[in-house]
Amino acid sequence: MKARVHVMLKNGVLDPQGEAVRHALGAMGFDGVKGVRQGKVIELDLDEGASQSDVETMCEKLLANTVIESYSVEMI
Amino acid sequence: MHAAVIVFPGSNCDRDLAVAFEAAGARVSMVWHKDTTLPEGVDMVGVPGGFSYGDYLRCGAIAANSPICREVAAHAERGGYVMGVCNGFQVLTETGLLPGALLRNAGLKYICKTVGLKVATADSDYTSGYEAGSVIDIPIAHHDGNYFADSETIARLHAEDRVAFKYTENPNGAQADIAGILSENRRVLGMMPHPERAADAGHGGTDGTALFRALAGALVTA
Repeated sequence: MKARVHVMLKNGVLDPQGEAVRHALGAMGFDGVKGVRQGKVIELDLDEGASQSDVETMCEKLLANTVIESYSVEMI
Repeated sequence: MHAAVIVFPGSNCDRDLAVAFEAAGARVSMVWHKDTTLPEGVDMVGVPGGFSYGDYLRCGAIAANSPICREVAAHAERGGYVMGVCNGFQVLTETGLLPGALLRNAGLKYICKTVGLKVATADSDYTSGYEAGSVIDIPIAHHDGNYFADSETIARLHAEDRVAFKYTENPNGAQADIAGILSENRRVLGMMPHPERAADAGHGGTDGTALFRALAGALVTA
């Protein structure tokens, strides 16, 4: 089984990379992009029986820095 | 003073930090990241700059969970001294020994230049060799040095006089111009600028020397 973890900078934390992407899109003529936030996706290949709460513990301890990032876990 | 300098795969300021400690009179042991104990009698641990574990996942995140970092945290919890420079500061925030986090520079560029730092407090064994309020010139070299913490944390750092250094001209977007901070017991210091790169006449500046001398003076082994 697999889990997919989405890690994003929290709202209110400046995301200069997202801002740079937004500027680039504007410069390319894509109007109407009001904001861009850039995050990451981490896929875990897990033993059968692993639970969502195991993955959440991994997020708390390593995969996300909860001072600046939020995460969500999707079991797939 | 017996100092240990931690060496991670990707550390590149470990020897510079060792040389600066030695120049101040310290005995230095280099400690590999896979070691599980610090050498006997170490009173100071230096976490050097560089790109530990290739900065994978987040700067300092993997290093913070390495075997030796559990020992470094235990050393700090016993009241031991720990100093993290640049990537070392990122490691110390990731371990939770210091609050906050270091984000990508606001201008997105890697910045490598000498900057002015205001000594925000002289009340620590790291900064007692400076006059509070004085300005020193120390190099920075980082891509992720933009200090971030929530507003309560920033207010607490100021109220407890735990901001060690502030940029005179903020190069990276750091909140409240913060370049370096102290732990509650003032024995853990994290800073983005590199005092070990301004500790010899050959470096083009020696404003970092006073930090290492003050530390060695405070940690004279009885």
